[in-house]
Amino acid sequence: MITLKVNNKTLSLDADPSMPLLYAIRDLAQLTGTKFGCGVGQCGACTVHVDGTPIRSCLTPLSAVSGKSITTIEGLADKDKLHPVQAAWVANNVPQCGYCQSGQMMSAAALLAQNASPSDEEIETFMQGNICRCGTYPRIKKAIKQAAVSIQEAK
Amino acid sequence: MSSIENVSRRNFLKTTGLTGGAFILGVNLPSMGFAGNAALSEQASLGYFVSIAKDGAVDIICHRSEMGQGILTSVPQIIAEELEADWNKVTATLARGDSKYGNQSTGGSASIRNFFQYTRQMGAIARDMLEQAAANKWKVDKKDVQAKNHHVVNKANGKKLGFGELAEDAAKLPVPAAESVKLKANKDFSLIGKDVNLLGQEKIVRGTATYAQDIQLPNMLIASIERPPVVAGQVKSFDATEAKKVPGVVDVVQLKYRGLPVNVKPVSGVAVLATNTWAAIEGRKKLSIEWDHGENAVHNTESYKKELVKKANSKGIVARAEGDVYSHKFDDSKTVEATYTVPYHHHMSMETPAATAVIEGDKCTVWSGTQTPQWGKGLIMEELGLNPETDSDKVVFNQTLMGGAFGRKGKNDFTLEAVELAKATGKPVKVIWSREDDVKHGFYHSIAANYYKAEVTKNKSADNWIQRVVHPPIGWIFNDKDDRPSDGNLSQSFADMPFNVKNLSCETQKISTHVRTGWFRSVHNINNAFAMGCFVDELAAKAKISTQQMWMNLIGPDRQLDLKEEGFEGWSNYGQTSKSYSPDTARMKHAINFIVEQSGADKKTAKNEGWGISYATSFNSYAAAATKVRVVDGKVDVLEMHTAIDCGIVITPDRVKSQMEGAMIQGLTMALYSEITVKDGIIEQSNFHDYPVVRINQTPELFVHMIDSDKEPGGVGEPGLPPIMPSIANAIFHASGERVRDLPVNKVMKV
Repeated sequence: MITLKVNNKTLSLDADPSMPLLYAIRDLAQLTGTKFGCGVGQCGACTVHVDGTPIRSCLTPLSAVSGKSITTIEGLADKDKLHPVQAAWVANNVPQCGYCQSGQMMSAAALLAQNASPSDEEIETFMQGNICRCGTYPRIKKAIKQAAVSIQEAK
Repeated sequence: MSSIENVSRRNFLKTTGLTGGAFILGVNLPSMGFAGNAALSEQASLGYFVSIAKDGAVDIICHRSEMGQGILTSVPQIIAEELEADWNKVTATLARGDSKYGNQSTGGSASIRNFFQYTRQMGAIARDMLEQAAANKWKVDKKDVQAKNHHVVNKANGKKLGFGELAEDAAKLPVPAAESVKLKANKDFSLIGKDVNLLGQEKIVRGTATYAQDIQLPNMLIASIERPPVVAGQVKSFDATEAKKVPGVVDVVQLKYRGLPVNVKPVSGVAVLATNTWAAIEGRKKLSIEWDHGENAVHNTESYKKELVKKANSKGIVARAEGDVYSHKFDDSKTVEATYTVPYHHHMSMETPAATAVIEGDKCTVWSGTQTPQWGKGLIMEELGLNPETDSDKVVFNQTLMGGAFGRKGKNDFTLEAVELAKATGKPVKVIWSREDDVKHGFYHSIAANYYKAEVTKNKSADNWIQRVVHPPIGWIFNDKDDRPSDGNLSQSFADMPFNVKNLSCETQKISTHVRTGWFRSVHNINNAFAMGCFVDELAAKAKISTQQMWMNLIGPDRQLDLKEEGFEGWSNYGQTSKSYSPDTARMKHAINFIVEQSGADKKTAKNEGWGISYATSFNSYAAAATKVRVVDGKVDVLEMHTAIDCGIVITPDRVKSQMEGAMIQGLTMALYSEITVKDGIIEQSNFHDYPVVRINQTPELFVHMIDSDKEPGGVGEPGLPPIMPSIANAIFHASGERVRDLPVNKVMKV
């Protein structure tokens, strides 16, 4: 049995410790907001937070996150209240197909948690691990800046 | 539109599975084909739905597939406009795959341009019935009432009744003929052309939107399939002993070999089925399979490309001819002759293919994200030996959102794999494709060679022109004897070229096909518009005039084109036959002039910098692009990109803009970075490291310039892409003097 805390809920999973976190989240915890994109850490679609740090869940075995606190896209909002990143995503009509956006938002939220006011270059550096095939990058950049402002204002 | 019905609530619930309203409108939609597969669409019976609940909530079924283009907003937006609904009270539901909805094939940028009128009529019919219900209640004539913002107003005294209050009464009325209801004048639009809150976005940002990969059923098995590495290859033998030892693996099943033509069906292989995805993947790694690669193992892109180029440089089969270009003696000093190549491309949608199927008794239920749910349903019925006339209700085709598609998910091979395995195992099965599966078993944009030759005249135009295109045809997947592009293929920025030249020959050649070819966003406009756009730039350089001026000179006077009258008998205009859709040279020239004006592409640049422009008409829309690059020591930096689009009447401006942004980024990827190559019949690439797509740090500033138009709506999803690649290659020339005729650019320059 491997015990994880996912979105503040404790889960005990009967799973192979080498199983990547992504499949445990999707198949076993049935939280499908976290997406499979490449399986090799190249695209960022599977990004979740482990103790606040963004990681690629497709490459992270369960054994490495046992006992840790995991936040997925489903846990980003405060119930009805969207996280400022999610709100900025909606305000800027960022998603096209939307498939990569869970990972994009998890990365963006992690960026803003460590850098309250990132420059264009800092956004590009931090976000370059997240691929979007629809081409929403200019809006992602804009939304991150808007979210940064609203986080500051809320403080 | 043969039957429009006011559906009973019970029947509505049965047909749609939705929580129905008090008023429910069901209507037939005309059946229209998808890229040559008209015969596959089923007979329409009862379709499009507007439902109004007693509390006034309006739910609209979107019968077109959503893949990121925003149709889940645009279809309801059109209906809500004519209905006079309050947008805040409108929700949308994706339709199941069912002929009752009319044509659902979402491709060819057709959802608005082929269905605008009908979609409007759906809203107008519902509005008319609500107005009639109010008039009856007030005992006045219908002309004395008017629907306005979710109410019907009595013009005489200003009294109002809400849509919710009228719904039940409206439901009892006969349905007026579509032709009898009045549509709004464009000037009265309050939703069409306005940016509204997009539907479905909140679910996406909360991570609760459902894609095909996300389907979870009790006792479901997950299947991962090892497929033959070469097209039409097959399993010789396999050993699953080790695979079956992996905990969680339940079954190993060989899929049936289906031979040629490959069609859009599964390519066979060996499936490992497990209780979770990880076990299926791990089990698959332990399979030992011996393959018979078959005849296509001879395919190598390196030698094949040489064959394409050689054929493009030899006289071929004439598709369009005017005058007699072959009796002209070309003056070498004034002539430009060039051959351009574009490699195979893969769609690389972020969501890899996935589908779920369960068969219980004689009933099959599937969940898939596809551009062609009815075609998929038809194939499932064929697979299960069901009668398409009588057994339609035995297959339920649930449609999910698509995590990108770009043409790939017009093919239901992955959906059929799920059905085949559900049948074989008797359990619910979800087939999931890895990224490697996706890259190696795609339906690729055809590798192509385009040849151009023309002589610059005294007035800096051209009178003598030869062009050829050679590529493996998409038709091959349906008929393995097919050996050349179809007239439809040649109608995509090739033989439909709008130039006013006296002597012209547009030709193609026969070629063999060895991989699955398929529709990729904008299809053959990709290679044809690239070649044409670069060649115009080369002619301009030869004539020592601006590229913008060369486009003006070649296009010539304002006119509506009928290419059939200009020597192209096989011409088709993306399925449109009405004169109101005739290619309009004035709109072409305006788009080109507009992009130059808006981008400043005619302004002087710093040293080592240059602008490139290009243009293409496709899917009844007019799109121009301008790109600025810097080239230093053979390294290309793209500085900014612009697109101008005239797509006629616009429904959802923000989604047109987002499609143009996406097209610029996709075009940038295709011009600079990516290609699919084949060695001994096997695709060489496998994931994002060797088929890279542009990332955020590689994206320049993007600008979209919308051209106001009240003309018939054109396509949006695809037309942005064709002018992008030539604009980039032309910019590289103007910055550096380097002419890149073979894509991607990274084969000859640093990017």
